Amino acid sequence: MSGPLQDWKSQRKPFAAIASAPVFWLALFFIAPMTIVWLYSFGQNAGPADIDISGTLDNYKRATEWLYLSIFLKSLAVAALTTLICLIIGFPVAMAITFAAPKWRPWLLLGIMLPFWTNLLIRTYALMALMGTNGYMNKGLGGLWEGASWLRTLVGMQPLEAWTPVQLLYNNFAVVLGLVYVHLPFMVLPLYSALDRLDKSLIEASLDLGAGHFKTFMQVVVPLAAPGIVAGVMITLIPALGAYLTPDLMGGTDSQMIANVIERQFKRANDWPFGAALSFLLIYAMFILIALQSMRSNKVKEAR
Amino acid sequence: MTETKQPIIQIRNVSKRFGKVTAVDNVSLDIRAGEFFVLLGPSGCGKTTLLRMIAGFELPTEGQILIDGQDMSLVPPNKRPVNMVFQSYAVFPHMNVTDNVGYGLRISGVPKNEIRDRVAEALELVKLGGFEDRMPDQMSGGQRQRVALARSLVMRPKVLLLDEPLSALDAKLRAQMQFELADLQDKVGITFVTVTHDQDEALSMASRVAVINKGEVAQLAPPSDLYEYPANRFVADFVGSVNIFEGTLTLDEPDKAAVDCPGLGKVYLNHGVTGPHGANVWIALRPEKIYLHVPGKGKAVRAAAQDAPDGHNLARGTIKGMSYLGDITLYEIQLEGGQIIRVSRPNLSRHDQEDFTWDDKVSMHWRADSPVVLLS
Repeated sequence: MSGPLQDWKSQRKPFAAIASAPVFWLALFFIAPMTIVWLYSFGQNAGPADIDISGTLDNYKRATEWLYLSIFLKSLAVAALTTLICLIIGFPVAMAITFAAPKWRPWLLLGIMLPFWTNLLIRTYALMALMGTNGYMNKGLGGLWEGASWLRTLVGMQPLEAWTPVQLLYNNFAVVLGLVYVHLPFMVLPLYSALDRLDKSLIEASLDLGAGHFKTFMQVVVPLAAPGIVAGVMITLIPALGAYLTPDLMGGTDSQMIANVIERQFKRANDWPFGAALSFLLIYAMFILIALQSMRSNKVKEAR
Repeated sequence: MTETKQPIIQIRNVSKRFGKVTAVDNVSLDIRAGEFFVLLGPSGCGKTTLLRMIAGFELPTEGQILIDGQDMSLVPPNKRPVNMVFQSYAVFPHMNVTDNVGYGLRISGVPKNEIRDRVAEALELVKLGGFEDRMPDQMSGGQRQRVALARSLVMRPKVLLLDEPLSALDAKLRAQMQFELADLQDKVGITFVTVTHDQDEALSMASRVAVINKGEVAQLAPPSDLYEYPANRFVADFVGSVNIFEGTLTLDEPDKAAVDCPGLGKVYLNHGVTGPHGANVWIALRPEKIYLHVPGKGKAVRAAAQDAPDGHNLARGTIKGMSYLGDITLYEIQLEGGQIIRVSRPNLSRHDQEDFTWDDKVSMHWRADSPVVLLS
């Protein structure tokens, strides 16, 4: 025992004092409301504002009907695709920041984090303005199209027909793009912290032993960045799975995700018990993901 | 030596600049096949940059590096016939010993059974038999270094580069590894090029040492020449401990010379120095080459009590500092002119250190072949 507050077992009182405030906070504002919602999920509407907690499992039965299960699976697919794209884009970004000159690194990281300082709603609308039929993306594509058309006339070919703006918004593509845009920092930051800790001489050692850059990347960088990859995947996948705003604003009629369905139960449908059941199914799914991840990391630790 | 044979590494007019900083400044040197070559210098002198240029991790700003006669300018590190043992060892933490050592062979597609045999052989060579399944975090620093050594040696490189190989080990282990590395080099016959800031390491292991100062080669010589015949003040001071006095060359004949040092008196040498008469020079005198006497005792001193005859090196002073190191005692003696000279004396018997104490008036003499005259 080298100093105070080293081990909560031997110094229960000070730790109880320190822990009481957060425990109280969590109990009052997290555990209690979650318990209430959890209890609602076993109830049924008894009136416009009354819920009778009868212990019924009907809500869960309804929630696992194909209509909802398919939306659930689709949400999972969209979230998984988002995570994969974030990983593919985020890895080179994180590598670039790691290998940038030290004086540049804080600024590059700031650039990654800057969007966090703006409201999600504003960012989403800004992105929508960019992607609208009169937005810059369409204008840019139109410019390229016209350029190509002009090039064709140069070589004596027929010009292309007039550019018709592409419908970029209000479809699944827009949802995935929006989710990638929102979640990319969540992927980049844990990847960066893992890559930053990686001893650069390991990369040099691999090159020195005859491996090319690709082999070095696959055999040394990726395995050693694995904890960062797992962390990045988890903190991208879980919020993406529960995404509400992006599919609501950028998605079409067929691109609603599970959070949109839940929202509808609580608001328009005024069916809190069913909304609660759907919510808890989502929470259970996330629990399973987290449990799988911690089981995996325990296994890695044991293997050492 | 094999002077006529082509050097395994030829460094030709190599310079390396990082922005405005010149790390390596027009260095040319040849490293012979089979030798244990050491690049010695203080930190920041450019020795590691030079090693990294041989490995291919840095490209020379100017000049050329040839390995086995081939220009390496456009050859990336993974295609060079050299391997490196990194200062941090850079053992892959996610692989066990076998996979670490076999990494390079696996990458180059050597058949599995050959990998197995060569890995076993390499582990035997570095005395790591029985550690095959260990993970690096279950090993000590010294063992990890052996893994790094085996991992490089298994590739059978033409040259093995070692970056500060012993700096992270404790003193006892370092001394042992010095012998082992020299022994290993002898056994495998591969050219070793080592970077170090530790002069003991350089002197004990090297067949030749290049002392690097501010990006330039200050002297290139076998260890004993470096110590006994330093080429300049930097080398004299960096390699071992030394007393340096400024003086004027007053006599310079083929068989004798004299330097008039204001701080020390007249210093006689039994050989010529081929310097211009009246030139400003420096005398370097190693502490262990100075004999210490109590005035008035002993034959040598009786002679010294009178004015020393020409050709006899003599000085007097007062002991101002002593440190007893067990095998030797180190004295700091204030000369009559006020300057401090360091003298070491072996403790040949148990009571030798009691011969002198603080504030004793002492006289010193040294042989006429002991001082080294330095022109720069």
